[in-house]
Amino acid sequence: MLEIKCLEVCHGWVQALRGLSFQVVRGEMLAVLGLNGAGKSTLLGALAGLYKIKKGDILLDGESLSGKPPHQIVKLGISLVPERREIFNSLTVIDNLLLGAYHRYRYKKNEVIIDVVKIMDLFPALRGKENHPAGTLSGGLQQMLAIGRGLMARPRLLLLDEPSVGLAPLVTREIMTTLAELKKTGVTIILVEQNTAAALKVADRALVMERGGIVMSGKPRDMMENSRVQQACLGRTRAVQPAAAL
Amino acid sequence: MDLSSQLLQLLFSGLTLGSIYSLIALALVATYNITGVLNLAQGEFVALGALLAASIYAAGLPLAAAFLVSVALIAALGALIERSVIYPARESSALTLIIITVGLSISLRGLALLVWGTEPVSLPAFSSGGPLLLGGAFVNPQTLWILGMAAATTSGLYIFFELTYTGKAVRACVINRTAALLIGINPGTISLLAFAGSGAIGAAAGIFITPVTLATYDMGFMLGVKGFVAAAIGGMHNIRGAVLGGFILGILEVYSAGLISSGLKDAVALIVLLAALMLRPEGLLAISGRKV
Ligand SMILES: Nc1ncnc2c1ncn2[C@@H]1O[C@H](COP(=O)(O)OP(=O)(O)OP(=O)(O)O)[C@@H](O)[C@H]1O
Ligand SMILES: [Mg+2]
Repeated sequence: MLEIKCLEVCHGWVQALRGLSFQVVRGEMLAVLGLNGAGKSTLLGALAGLYKIKKGDILLDGESLSGKPPHQIVKLGISLVPERREIFNSLTVIDNLLLGAYHRYRYKKNEVIIDVVKIMDLFPALRGKENHPAGTLSGGLQQMLAIGRGLMARPRLLLLDEPSVGLAPLVTREIMTTLAELKKTGVTIILVEQNTAAALKVADRALVMERGGIVMSGKPRDMMENSRVQQACLGRTRAVQPAAAL
Repeated sequence: MDLSSQLLQLLFSGLTLGSIYSLIALALVATYNITGVLNLAQGEFVALGALLAASIYAAGLPLAAAFLVSVALIAALGALIERSVIYPARESSALTLIIITVGLSISLRGLALLVWGTEPVSLPAFSSGGPLLLGGAFVNPQTLWILGMAAATTSGLYIFFELTYTGKAVRACVINRTAALLIGINPGTISLLAFAGSGAIGAAAGIFITPVTLATYDMGFMLGVKGFVAAAIGGMHNIRGAVLGGFILGILEVYSAGLISSGLKDAVALIVLLAALMLRPEGLLAISGRKV
């Protein structure tokens, strides 16, 4: 459903993506792994329309996303749950979710309200907090809210940028389980993670990025067994090497 | 007149002045957070609104109609400026955008000078009758109109931001622009709304003070500066802070002018600005961590 062709993206003078190409099949969950600064967030940002495409192209079901602004891309069915969650802290949980459906709220209010209930079923931990300001929630609940808000756009393709950062292992597991459930409902997912083990457990396929390019791709099983490559490319675990790269 | 009634008298003047500063500061802060543009031409909306209303009234329309037409036209002017000047330059640096608004401010003032000249113009008071005696202080009825208008505008905005979906979408832009983009908000639409709203609020403020202060082509400059100081006191990120900053500035100005020396009036703003930047650069209400 998604085809990325020789994608190049720059931040000022820094070339963050250097001619990246890959495809994503409908219904799969693709894990994108790599060290700090590898270009993972830039890739997701480019897919969501946040960054200008310098060269190459992104095709969603054959339609080019190049030059399209984020608000149009959301309508086309791509939703990004950004790094650091970026929820609306001083707005309530409910308002965050309702705003997630911004592009259809005015025409389909009832449908949106039903979707809020569905999100609450997906993340029961959010129940009872509906009217709390989102900024007062724990990190895990904020991440669930951020994913919930992303889903409120009813995406075909859900992009997640390091959802496990700063979360307890138990919470991470809960979120990963939910992602696996989501996949079953037919949503295609690209999951960027530095928590390699957690991501490989749920993904169908994985890519490893380094310096703006893809250096490895394959089945999670092969990646997990390939411990030497893992050491070289992924560092040890996230907890031991905060920002040690670069 | 004894001291306490004199103090009360000054308090009324301070609140009146403060409510005008609050409205300007509020428009500045809202626009700044939504678009990233510090609109230094905000004061010109105040002046143009007042001058235009005076001309419309002089042409024979009733006062209420002059008010509505002028507010609508200045809102349209705000929208026009956003589309023609600000929107095309939206990717530029903050400094470039500020310079653009300074240029705008100078051009609008020049235009006002060409059209209205240097003579002050006036509007009649909104209600007839002499000053009212309130708790030992004489209050000009127009003062009550100004306070009422400021209260109505602030509560209207409060309702808009707290209770409506569009208002919450605007707050979302203020809280986190990237996240607002990602949920599908078109920043251009919200930016247009911010400039039109700023125009309307500025014009309304200008029209309400004209019966007291008269209107001149260059009245906007100082009001814009005061509004900016009020916004800076409030921390630039917080609409409640901006409103509070406006009242603090208005009251301080009036008390220092009335009790110490009238020459102090404009200096107070700069002293307060320096003090605020040194003591609480993040703004008075920053501890609450709540924006808008
Ligand atoms: N806004 C920016 N301005 C300039 N350079 C940037 C910007 N964002 C990212 N970069 C640079 O682009 C490169 C890729 O960054 P990116 O954030 O995509 O990496 P990442 O893989 O997401 O890293 P992390 O794991 O730390 O999130 C890095 O060299 C980074 O320094
Ligand atoms: Mg990243």
